[in-house]
Amino acid sequence: MTVALFVPCYIDQFYPHVAIATLQVLEKAGVKVVYPPKQTCCGQPMANSGYAHLTKGCNELFIENFTGFDYIVSPSGSCTLHIKEHLHDAENEKEAEYIRNHVYELTEFLTDILQIEQWDAAFPHKVGIHHGCHGLRGLKVAQMSELVAEPFSKPGKLLNMVKGLEIVALSRTDECCGFGGTFCVAEEAVSVKMGQDRVNDHLSHGAEYIVGGDISCLMHMEGILRRQNSKVRVKHIAEILNGH
Amino acid sequence: MNRENNDHATLAGRFNENEQRVSWHDETLWWVRAKRDKAAHTLPEWEQLRAAASQIKSNVLSNLSEYLVQFEGRALQNGVAVHWAADAKEHNQIVADLLTARGVDRIVKSKSMLTEECHLNEYLQSRGIEVVDTDLGERIVQLAGEPPSHIVLPCIHKKKEEIGELFHQHLGTPAGNADPQLLTRAARKDLREKFLTRRAAITGVNFAVAESGEFVVCTNEGNADMGAHLADLHIACMGIEKIIPQRKHLSVFLRLLARSATGQPITTYSSHYKKPRKGKEIHIVLVDNGRSVQLGRADFRNSLKCIRCGACMNTCPVYRRSGGHSYHTAIAGPIGSILAPNLDMHKYADLPFASTLCGSCTNVCPVKIDIHDQLYKWRQVLVREGHTTTVKKMAMQGMTFTLSNPRVYRFAGKAGRWLMNKMPYMVNNKWNTWYKQREMPEPPEQSFSEWYKKNRER
Amino acid sequence: MSSREKILGAIKRSQPPQCPLPGLDSFLQDNAHALQQYTEVLTSIGGTAHIVNGYTEIKEIVKQEYNDARCIVSLIPELPGVGTETAYHDPHDLAMADLAILPATIGVAENGAVWITEEILPQRVLPFITQHLAVVIKREHIVPTMHHAYEKIGNADYGFGVFIAGPSKTADIEQSLVLGAHGATSMRIFIL
Repeated sequence: MTVALFVPCYIDQFYPHVAIATLQVLEKAGVKVVYPPKQTCCGQPMANSGYAHLTKGCNELFIENFTGFDYIVSPSGSCTLHIKEHLHDAENEKEAEYIRNHVYELTEFLTDILQIEQWDAAFPHKVGIHHGCHGLRGLKVAQMSELVAEPFSKPGKLLNMVKGLEIVALSRTDECCGFGGTFCVAEEAVSVKMGQDRVNDHLSHGAEYIVGGDISCLMHMEGILRRQNSKVRVKHIAEILNGH
Repeated sequence: MNRENNDHATLAGRFNENEQRVSWHDETLWWVRAKRDKAAHTLPEWEQLRAAASQIKSNVLSNLSEYLVQFEGRALQNGVAVHWAADAKEHNQIVADLLTARGVDRIVKSKSMLTEECHLNEYLQSRGIEVVDTDLGERIVQLAGEPPSHIVLPCIHKKKEEIGELFHQHLGTPAGNADPQLLTRAARKDLREKFLTRRAAITGVNFAVAESGEFVVCTNEGNADMGAHLADLHIACMGIEKIIPQRKHLSVFLRLLARSATGQPITTYSSHYKKPRKGKEIHIVLVDNGRSVQLGRADFRNSLKCIRCGACMNTCPVYRRSGGHSYHTAIAGPIGSILAPNLDMHKYADLPFASTLCGSCTNVCPVKIDIHDQLYKWRQVLVREGHTTTVKKMAMQGMTFTLSNPRVYRFAGKAGRWLMNKMPYMVNNKWNTWYKQREMPEPPEQSFSEWYKKNRER
Repeated sequence: MSSREKILGAIKRSQPPQCPLPGLDSFLQDNAHALQQYTEVLTSIGGTAHIVNGYTEIKEIVKQEYNDARCIVSLIPELPGVGTETAYHDPHDLAMADLAILPATIGVAENGAVWITEEILPQRVLPFITQHLAVVIKREHIVPTMHHAYEKIGNADYGFGVFIAGPSKTADIEQSLVLGAHGATSMRIFIL
């Protein structure tokens, strides 16, 4: 099985250690990982701003980079969802369709495709899980609090395999953090208030780390935590799974 | 966006100047969301009910003209008069003409979002007709000279102390008294006098049944019934999308409506009006006002399934922290943001962007409207139709150029990180909106692709 | 062209392809504990339930609970002597009603509602304008859900019908629940 590693642009530029952790976790799980070097971005920033018509170049590039692999895996629920829902190319629609059906966010890939039941990692800390909305309500990596349905959580399942790790319960299990792409600057006041409230939920329940599958949300909450001089840090789930 | 200083972001920014109040607003509405969750969880068949409701509404959209004609025929047989209004103006004129023809210059009105949408109150007042809103929340905002900020909880943005002061001025309650019980009693007394003396009543319509010609009005307070059953003339105003095929379908919607709205198992009163009282009149005004246009928009027609429960507002993390007035339209929140651009793209171009697309609205919607997907689609339409700013357009084009060219992207990334490292003041300054209340991420020495090249490609 | 034709024409041009109506039979689940659920739900929405053995018991409770009610409108023939026997030709005359006692033909366990139609009422406004409302229902008339209720209603030809669930209420002021907005301030159900 060969997996292409899709590293979203902001992870590539600002959080390379998350991409490295993702790469190493996948390798530990026994899959061959390739990083197509010419990748840039999934095009979501334009599309969510109403400029989906400008994403042609990104789409073509994505297909060029990610065709020919069994799976495409990314440490971002949001970017994965964008590809799954919006990757199209009239001239290469067959390839686009294959990619749409085989692109996975890291935790769902580990639990659904690799069916990981045990994992060797340790992280003796209290963590709060932050579910990015696109991973949660788009990819459905966990049950959504609004629905009358059986609870489950793919990131939660993986974190429960980590030695010493304790997941703290939150008052609002899956409220949005307020990042929202360009929303975070276009609606700065609301975005920040949402982020502060989300962070406070974790803090008031004693979390030492806020852990999630989407660095975009975590970057936003990290910015708020650091401005508050808080000792609490954010971590991508790949970093925890890659730790001993 | 196109409203300069009155767009959602600006109004929300103003709302956020008082953080404590925002937290209070957020908590109050979250509590309503929590009550909704609790009520939904009492029914194991909840998701099947939502699916059934959505499907009934799909059937309505497919057969709307036929159902409307059927409804009209039955209503006429029942002795109810039916009027058709193409837009808000015609609706308002029909209502005013009905009143003036009978010499009525004072009326009571129960909650109707349609009449808010049409700005009926202002119009009637301009024609010399006094309107008293009888829903407590609506009465409060009416006395305050404000529009409702929520379709189910019109004065949810007001603190009880403010309401106490308002009632002290208008209803003579004791100064400084903000006891909800006392204030409600004062309103009850004041409005009883209005109910007993007004000869005409306006109500909204929650559901209208095609097969029987009856319509259903739901309230908790009993104000619609107090108005309608004491008046000689009852005018019921409804959007054309309120039709449902058969009486038995009411069971599905009445099970969903109140549970979604407030967490109650049903509203206190679900009144089925079929025929007028002997010697009295019922008139129904069927209003289009853009709905037939929305029906023609394949991506957006499902918004017409809305039963106005307000659940999407209560769950919306943006609505809870920006307040209903920041949406500057009669119907605020997520559903309002997909309805309003249909009426006026220019005026409401900002609303579909007042969302993080988190999707919670879609999940609570009792008729399964794909609200957040429609917000995304409206964004595309608004940009395509030119309702965007030059600055944003240029930024997007620049971003597109960078992200479509791997080499430009790598160079820009490197240059950006270099700048952040060497000259942080170039980034961390007052022109950087992110930095106002958040730290920037710490730029690493090398990107992942650079690391990969060094460590793995050899 | 009239607005009617204009609207109907515009709708016809835009109607999406056919979508069939869903079946609702799967929602018609029996509930062996309907009576118990009814009283629990009614209590939770601010109403009061009495399971009684006969009209004498109702009469006693009425006497005890509404002892200072001056104007009682009773529509229960089995309760002679309770309430005045006046015909109300003008609904406004009912403004003085302190208590109305009505029979109901359907009770709904899932939400505590009762179904009342206008045939039994001297005026439609009665259950709303009265200060207090009491309803008499037979236990076998309590159905599990709204689906069952509408099945029972069928295509009955009423001029006006209403589901009433508990006393009138509002939470418009800071979400504080207050019983007695514009309609009855209390609701008592006698289950025979």
